[in-house]
Amino acid sequence: MTGPVLQIDGLTLDYAVPGGRLHALRNVSLSIKKGEVLGIAGESGCGKSTLAAAMIGLTGANARRVAGTIQIDGQDMEALTEDDRRRLRGRKIAMVFQDPMTAFNPVLTIGAQLTDFQHNIDGVSRAEKRARAEAMLSRVGLADPGLIMGRYPHELSGGMRQRAAIAAALLLQPEVLIADEPTTALDVTMEAQIIHLFRELRDDYDGAMVIVTHHLGVIAELCDRVAIMYAGEVVEEGPVDAIYHRARHPYTRALMACDPAMIVARTARLPTIGGALPDLRAPPPGCAFAPRCPLVTGRCRTDAPPDVQLTPGHRALCHEVRP
Amino acid sequence: MLRYAIKRIGLAVVILFTVMLAMYAMVFLVPGDPASLALGPRATPELKALLRERMGLDQPVLSQIWHFFASAATGDLGYDVWSKRPVLDQILEFFPNTLILGALALGWALVAGVGLGCLAVVWRGRMIDRLLGILSVSLISVPAFVVAIYALLVFAVWLRWLPAIGAGTPGDLASQAKAVILPAFALGLGWVGYIARLVRASMLEVMGENHIRTARAFGLPESRIVLRYALRIAIIPTIAILAVGLGSVLSSAVFVETVFGRPGIGTLITGAVQKRNYPVVMGTVLCMTAFYLVIVTTADLLIARLDPRVRDVFRG
Repeated sequence: MTGPVLQIDGLTLDYAVPGGRLHALRNVSLSIKKGEVLGIAGESGCGKSTLAAAMIGLTGANARRVAGTIQIDGQDMEALTEDDRRRLRGRKIAMVFQDPMTAFNPVLTIGAQLTDFQHNIDGVSRAEKRARAEAMLSRVGLADPGLIMGRYPHELSGGMRQRAAIAAALLLQPEVLIADEPTTALDVTMEAQIIHLFRELRDDYDGAMVIVTHHLGVIAELCDRVAIMYAGEVVEEGPVDAIYHRARHPYTRALMACDPAMIVARTARLPTIGGALPDLRAPPPGCAFAPRCPLVTGRCRTDAPPDVQLTPGHRALCHEVRP
Repeated sequence: MLRYAIKRIGLAVVILFTVMLAMYAMVFLVPGDPASLALGPRATPELKALLRERMGLDQPVLSQIWHFFASAATGDLGYDVWSKRPVLDQILEFFPNTLILGALALGWALVAGVGLGCLAVVWRGRMIDRLLGILSVSLISVPAFVVAIYALLVFAVWLRWLPAIGAGTPGDLASQAKAVILPAFALGLGWVGYIARLVRASMLEVMGENHIRTARAFGLPESRIVLRYALRIAIIPTIAILAVGLGSVLSSAVFVETVFGRPGIGTLITGAVQKRNYPVVMGTVLCMTAFYLVIVTTADLLIARLDPRVRDVFRG
């Protein structure tokens, strides 16, 4: 088993918005192997949640795939009918959503939903599905899973609901598990517990995991590799260690410098990145980060930056880096 | 759930009592003396006094109210001096007609309205959705009695499929069923459009919620998502409005009952008000209010059954 379970090649995606088309993803290429944990990081609006939605095929009705392919387990998603794609969800690819408060249906019990979520497996009775759901609730560290099965979502705490959401995603042992901001809506102690749970799951879940977050600490704790996104592009990708200690792209370096956890000395003001994201309805012809970049040169504003291979597995999208 | 039910039913009894007190006050504020109306301009004062005494109108108001509630509690709604029959008998004769009419009208409106609403949601923004929008608004804007007259013309007069007037032969179920089809169609048609719009609006809201995206992310079929995940939530405001709507259906039933010459509670109550026939007015209002409260309370309990959050709010 060496081939990637999830392979994205040159994915370009637009949203129809008032005043034109918003280029949310531009030429994104990523691949994830079995057992690997990939982090996707970037500031708000960089396209990371769109990318997560595209992976599971749930971008909104106003989204349009312009170019590129997504392959799950070697299967090109575009070659399938919508119904066949639907049959893969939950079984081959599953997702944990950001807000555990609203991720479950409020008028159905957790047990009913966890049973329904195993829709795409054949030849399993409803009683077996219930038993499996109960076992999975226990697996994610919920005491008294039998009781929780009969509970409605609003009767559980945020942390319990996020555990239940993770249990739901793992029910059919999908090959790819996507977690979109899995800890963002939780308070700090809950966040630590959920990170701890993911660390535990890493050891006995053998599929690939994608963790989308703006929290660099979460990625450092959980991931093997990380892709940094800016303005709809992956600007740098590499092993966590390389990105956190030897980042090469000026945007990644600036992002790392802004993370309060990385700052050792006492400062009166936290550093920020000057300027704002470019207007994605009309992306600049050159590098999207050029207007905010400290290393900017003339060609950065006119020519698209090259994808530079720095070391094996570490690449950056920049005119100013050298291997 | 039981505590919630007890509280709701207790509240209903208090409301019933209050409504009847208000009704009594209103009856006595309306000018016009029932005895003079009944006996005409040439009645002697002695005759009038006799009639007033038989109707119980010579008693002090408070004693009348007490007497009314005391006998109503034992199931006695008084005696109608005009028709010389107990009030309860008349209500029991007329009310089932109206009730069947109202229930059938709302019933078919609910089925058709929810169906059309779901259809509009599945095809939202497409041609079907727009056509359904136009259709719904047209249905809402046409008054029930206009529909009644045209339905009568087409199906009873031209095509001769269904009877034009009456409520059918008592005891003959087939003829009664035939007689109720056109009135129920006419009375419910406007509600079809209303419910379709309502279901569409609340479905669209629910379909945008995060948990629907979750259900999609687990590959549930769209039909299952619409019927099990969305409709269960979207139907809640519809049930609440339908319960209130039944009151308005019962009152607009008067027009349809008039067009089809159908005996019902509407014809009974309008006749009684014109004649200042207090016992009949009071008895009918009491029954209507009680019935209405039963419906609203049932709807509330049903909503609590469907939405666990409502139960918990009340449990506090």
